[in-house]
Amino acid sequence: MKKSMLSIKQSYIVCVIGIVVLFGILMGVCETGMVSLYVKGIIMTCCIAVIMTTSLNLTIGVLGQLTLGCCGFEAIGAYSAALLSKLLIANGVVMNDTLRFLLVTVAGGLVACVFGVLIGIPALRLHGDYLAIITLGFGEIIRVVIQNLKIAGGEGLDKGQQGQALIGIDRLANLYVVFWITVITVVLLFMFARSRYGRAVKAIRDDEIAAGASGINITYMKVLVFAISAFFAGIAGGIFAQYIGALTPSMAGWLQSINYVIMVVFGGMGSLTGSIVSAVGLTILPELLRAFSDYRMLVYSVVLVLIMIFRPQGIFGNWEFSLPKAINRIFYPKGKKGAKADTTETAEAKEAKHE
Amino acid sequence: MSEPILKAEHLGITFGGLKAVSDFNMTINKGELVGLIGPNGAGKTTVFNLLTGVYQPTEGAFYLDGKKMNGKKTYQVVRAGIARTFQNIRLFKQMTVEENVLVAFNESFTYKMGGAIFRTPRFWKQENDMHAKAIDLLHIFGLEGLANTEAANLPYGAQRKLEIARALATGMKLLLLDEPAAGMNPTETEDLLNCINTIRDRFGIAILLIEHDMSLVMNVCQRIQVLDYGRTIASGLPEEIANNPQVISAYLGADDDTESEEAN
Repeated sequence: MKKSMLSIKQSYIVCVIGIVVLFGILMGVCETGMVSLYVKGIIMTCCIAVIMTTSLNLTIGVLGQLTLGCCGFEAIGAYSAALLSKLLIANGVVMNDTLRFLLVTVAGGLVACVFGVLIGIPALRLHGDYLAIITLGFGEIIRVVIQNLKIAGGEGLDKGQQGQALIGIDRLANLYVVFWITVITVVLLFMFARSRYGRAVKAIRDDEIAAGASGINITYMKVLVFAISAFFAGIAGGIFAQYIGALTPSMAGWLQSINYVIMVVFGGMGSLTGSIVSAVGLTILPELLRAFSDYRMLVYSVVLVLIMIFRPQGIFGNWEFSLPKAINRIFYPKGKKGAKADTTETAEAKEAKHE
Repeated sequence: MSEPILKAEHLGITFGGLKAVSDFNMTINKGELVGLIGPNGAGKTTVFNLLTGVYQPTEGAFYLDGKKMNGKKTYQVVRAGIARTFQNIRLFKQMTVEENVLVAFNESFTYKMGGAIFRTPRFWKQENDMHAKAIDLLHIFGLEGLANTEAANLPYGAQRKLEIARALATGMKLLLLDEPAAGMNPTETEDLLNCINTIRDRFGIAILLIEHDMSLVMNVCQRIQVLDYGRTIASGLPEEIANNPQVISAYLGADDDTESEEAN
């Protein structure tokens, strides 16, 4: 089966090369000054969107549970990271910038993860529409609490008055570091999805009762996936906080969450590469349409409607792009199947981002 | 004689005021094939749901290999050794045939999240071993050629077989089959029964079979228990059951008016 095709090891190497080439392109255009600060900002936003969308896809597409509260977790991560960053500076902790950025970001992810478990345990007892509504509710609770929390710039929970934005966060987000965080996120999600864990999760999506009857601990798996999604949403939030430098509670709003759900559905539920493409595409599209100023959101919605009419399963459906498979098809057209491990499809999909 | 695989004592469940099953007693020994029959709504599937932890019994208890199973969740019961199939087929439709089986192997894997993420040698070894085991299992059912087909695209008979294969993959001691021959033509049914006999002999497991078709049950089961309105009305060898007046009246409608409403 393996002869004349890429072996597993070779597939991995191909993927790594793909990612490194991609990083080279990124570094090239940034270092030679080919792109403006504005474009770098868009690339950064793309990376955040990719982390949010792929991790959300794990819950919506792979586990099959519709949640509308992902931005609540993003906000928790963002605010935790921002506060920790301020705390470190206030206490005069001296640290390498990159190290501090990573520490603060991961801490944001962990806090979001804890909340993911706390909210997931009661919420995941519900299914379908009910789960969507309860997660929507939790998202709003998070927003309102942050709005009023004193340490987050509010007036205190008992005052009920809208606070101000949290400002003056150290802007440490570096595009190269964020790029590698994005790569690691996507790789981790792939490894998870292509293992016994991923199979169990997909089984729950396809038939919960049968999954239970096959010996899978459904509650555990659901909360696990929910926590992983929340963790990466928190990471994305942490990056966002340290990129923008100021936070407002509106980032936890449900409109934002729906935006990411649109990206997931648009790219294809269950397809992580689809999520990458749609996250990048839908982040860039409104920017490209800036020339049309007033009409750009109109065009954006028309594009969404058209895609949903002609590709209701999303751009990729549940198909995953794989660089090794593509190479096999080009160089060994006879072989029917690629090597077993086609893990890091990241490469090609991200290329789309830079073209 | 050794401990029976399954022993149910005075098992019963009440939904509100309705006694769906009451005083259900059953013993199944290793390698035995027992039939559970009864008219529609008699409580057969409820018994299955009780034995697999879907419902918790409101009275009585059941034991697997002498261990009490009350209060366990479905996945715990399955890991302990009771697996089932469903009346209306429940496969993981968007997954391949092989993946369906691999899901049930889940508990045989020992690699953890770290192993999955870093793709350790242990990960590859186990994945490859399980792949081989899954193909072996599919081979028994003649499904190995369809290993990479999506389960939803299988013909009906093959879907039924895959469900049984998946149940076997959990490594159970007792297999509960809920109307495996429903909707099958006579050839498919015969094929399936051969399959059931093969796996029983090969794996040395006990099987509890729900079937509507009396003649079919009479052919394969060593013992039969008959349910009606949640109560056991008869139990014994196939010949005894076939001639039992109570059973005949439950199936064909009684002459006296006691059970005339649901008789057919």
